[in-house]
Amino acid sequence: MSAILELKNVSVTLDHDTIVRGVSFVIEDGQSIAIIGPNGSGKTVLLKAILGLIAYDGEIIWRPGATVGYVPQKIDADRSVPLNVRNLLVSKAHVIGKGEAEITQVIQRVGLSEPVLATPIGHLSGGQFQRALVAFALLGDPDIVLFDEPTASMDEPGEEQLYALLDRLRTEVGITTVVVSHDLSFVYRHADNVLCLNRSGVCFGPPRGVLTSKLLAELFDAPTFYGHTHS
Amino acid sequence: MIAASFFAVVLGLASALVAGLVGSFALMKRITLAGDVISHLALPGLGLAFLWHFQPLAGAALTLAIGIVLIDQLQRRSGLIAESAIGVVFVAALAAGTLVTPTEDLIDALFGGFGEINVVGFALGIAGCVIVAATIYVLRHELILGIFSPDLARSLKINIDRVNLLYLFSFGLTVLLGLHFLGSLLVGAMIIVPPAVARRLSNTLDQYLILSALTSMTAAGLGFAISFHWHLPLGPVIVAVVSAIFAASLARRRA
Repeated sequence: MSAILELKNVSVTLDHDTIVRGVSFVIEDGQSIAIIGPNGSGKTVLLKAILGLIAYDGEIIWRPGATVGYVPQKIDADRSVPLNVRNLLVSKAHVIGKGEAEITQVIQRVGLSEPVLATPIGHLSGGQFQRALVAFALLGDPDIVLFDEPTASMDEPGEEQLYALLDRLRTEVGITTVVVSHDLSFVYRHADNVLCLNRSGVCFGPPRGVLTSKLLAELFDAPTFYGHTHS
Repeated sequence: MIAASFFAVVLGLASALVAGLVGSFALMKRITLAGDVISHLALPGLGLAFLWHFQPLAGAALTLAIGIVLIDQLQRRSGLIAESAIGVVFVAALAAGTLVTPTEDLIDALFGGFGEINVVGFALGIAGCVIVAATIYVLRHELILGIFSPDLARSLKINIDRVNLLYLFSFGLTVLLGLHFLGSLLVGAMIIVPPAVARRLSNTLDQYLILSALTSMTAAGLGFAISFHWHLPLGPVIVAVVSAIFAASLARRRA
């Protein structure tokens, strides 16, 4: 295994407010890292810094040539534009210099049927839209995929299906992932390491090691969470 | 005279085609208002050219280029102040243009129809159409991803600022191509209205782009025919036709 991504003391300041403070971690090939934290703790901001979308202090070191997929939390796209799923996938395929042959494959991999390709994005259900975004991220077989609360706009069965999909991608394809999630059972099941973020500090390590009831209560400022202690 | 008319019709149809294409992306990018402002920025340039007796389109090209850089910078600062600033640029350009344009040339500058098209103007115009169409074709995938989600596009290492600036220059060149026929006040109509018609009548991206270009060319073609036949000013006739097509499209329920 080799490191695909390393963060060294990364901080992000927006409008003179330090949102993310001193985050360091390494992610190796095939690993999965979950990022948890209360609203406003800078999870999305950290992902955007990792992607190079916003300025940051510290060091973010990518393995040379590493390719990245990204599933944003929400897309403010105007859903009335006449674009369908195929248009988006074809455009991405061209931009990354890949053929269009993979499109059908990637759509099936996320559990969507082929007719969905011709569906205008404004006509997709919340779950279909989210899966289409995952397909978009997976197109081109990226070395690592960053998911920002991929289930944010989904109902409970949809959430479970999407998390099952992530588990499957992990076991079948060995995909490397960074997932922002609120679902602690998913974090315990899926993540090799978990990064907890809040304004006062960070913690990093295997979920069973770092996610104690005390830490979760501190992290979310409420004693309502519990740790899974069964194996 | 016949050659000039031939040049005018062919160049008019080619310009209409690219206006339909460029406008399709302007509508999806929701920058039709900023685009309309850009078209009015041609007026001060036209006015100065009339005043100092040089090629009107050269004057328009100069102020358009300055205006595009200005609007591009304003658009990067989102929010109310940027929108107000774009509005101010719009009225200031119109006012300054009206003041500097000699009164006898003002109507032509506003509504089109100045001078005849010679073979050099025709060749330059066709070259302009080819450049705009080629730019949109080359940038189409980056434009589509940027419209869908600028963050997602940036995560793919697309330089969105560069793509937007190149798009705005294509937009400016399209305005320049239509200026002779429509004048600075009306030229925006050919970029704004055809995609609005196409959006109502289409379900897919390909249909939308083709319908927008066809609507624009149909309006230009009918405009030329009506203008020649009844000796009416070309620019207002074309805009009246494209507006009538838009009104007719309202009769169909939106797709």
